[in-house]
Amino acid sequence: MSRSTQQWLTAFASGLLFGAGLLLGGMTDPRKVIGFLDVAGAWDPSLAFVMLGAVVVHFIAYRWARGSASPLFADEFAIPKLRHIDAKLVGGSAVFGVGWGLAGYCPGPGIVSLGAGSRDALVFVITMLIGMLLSVKYEARQSRASTGAQPARA
Amino acid sequence: MTLFTPYASLAGGALIGLAASLLLIGQGRIAGISGIASNALLGKPGDRGWRAAFLLGLVLAGSASLIFAPAAVGHSPRRLALIAVAGLLVGIGTRLGSGCTSGHGVCGVSRLSPRSLVATLTFLLTGALTVTLVRSLGGGA
Repeated sequence: MSRSTQQWLTAFASGLLFGAGLLLGGMTDPRKVIGFLDVAGAWDPSLAFVMLGAVVVHFIAYRWARGSASPLFADEFAIPKLRHIDAKLVGGSAVFGVGWGLAGYCPGPGIVSLGAGSRDALVFVITMLIGMLLSVKYEARQSRASTGAQPARA
Repeated sequence: MTLFTPYASLAGGALIGLAASLLLIGQGRIAGISGIASNALLGKPGDRGWRAAFLLGLVLAGSASLIFAPAAVGHSPRRLALIAVAGLLVGIGTRLGSGCTSGHGVCGVSRLSPRSLVATLTFLLTGALTVTLVRSLGGGA
């Protein structure tokens, strides 16, 4: 089996398992997400248990995995190494939180619910991708402005 | 009010942790879904395949839920226009903030990354403030 086939199968299995976890945990019910964030109202703390379960398992696996020199089907680990906390990180996360609380969807549950034929999720995922596209365009313009380079013409 | 489901949620969380661990051990990648989605569509062409495979897994899990757990996928209580605004904000925010509930909230927090801890506290705070505000304004339905 070629390495890219191994990677695709790993990623597919991971996506399937991730989706199953989101479904079982209650993350694909926007009312439950909103109930979790409604700490001053009819608070449903269930989704804190999703995070607890995920973090405990991944905390252990991460420490175990980093003891090996490389992943099974790739040359090296691609782990973010940034450590500085800046306005972009905090501002972006704040904007994400507003969107999350507004409809009750974050990216994973939106994509899973799309697979179940949800119209709400379809609207959410399409506009999310538009938001990502706008953001990528803006970042490209910012980096051109800071380097003074001309935009490439097709 | 929704039902308190600590055991199902804990088990679902454990599956999510396993899924993220599989991706890490298999190919050394972080299971950050906002990053996987945006780079699958907007990233370098040669690096899109595994991301598309991961997203296909998510979508098919949703489709399978129609047979195995038809009540698992719910509707948003908000009207569609508000959902569209929410999608835009999530798309922009996760790009600027370099992650979402999966990349920061699960993977980053598990690594004790200071950036992810700050990001997670931030989106939990603004999410809770938004829900409180929308409720006090009449629910957005």
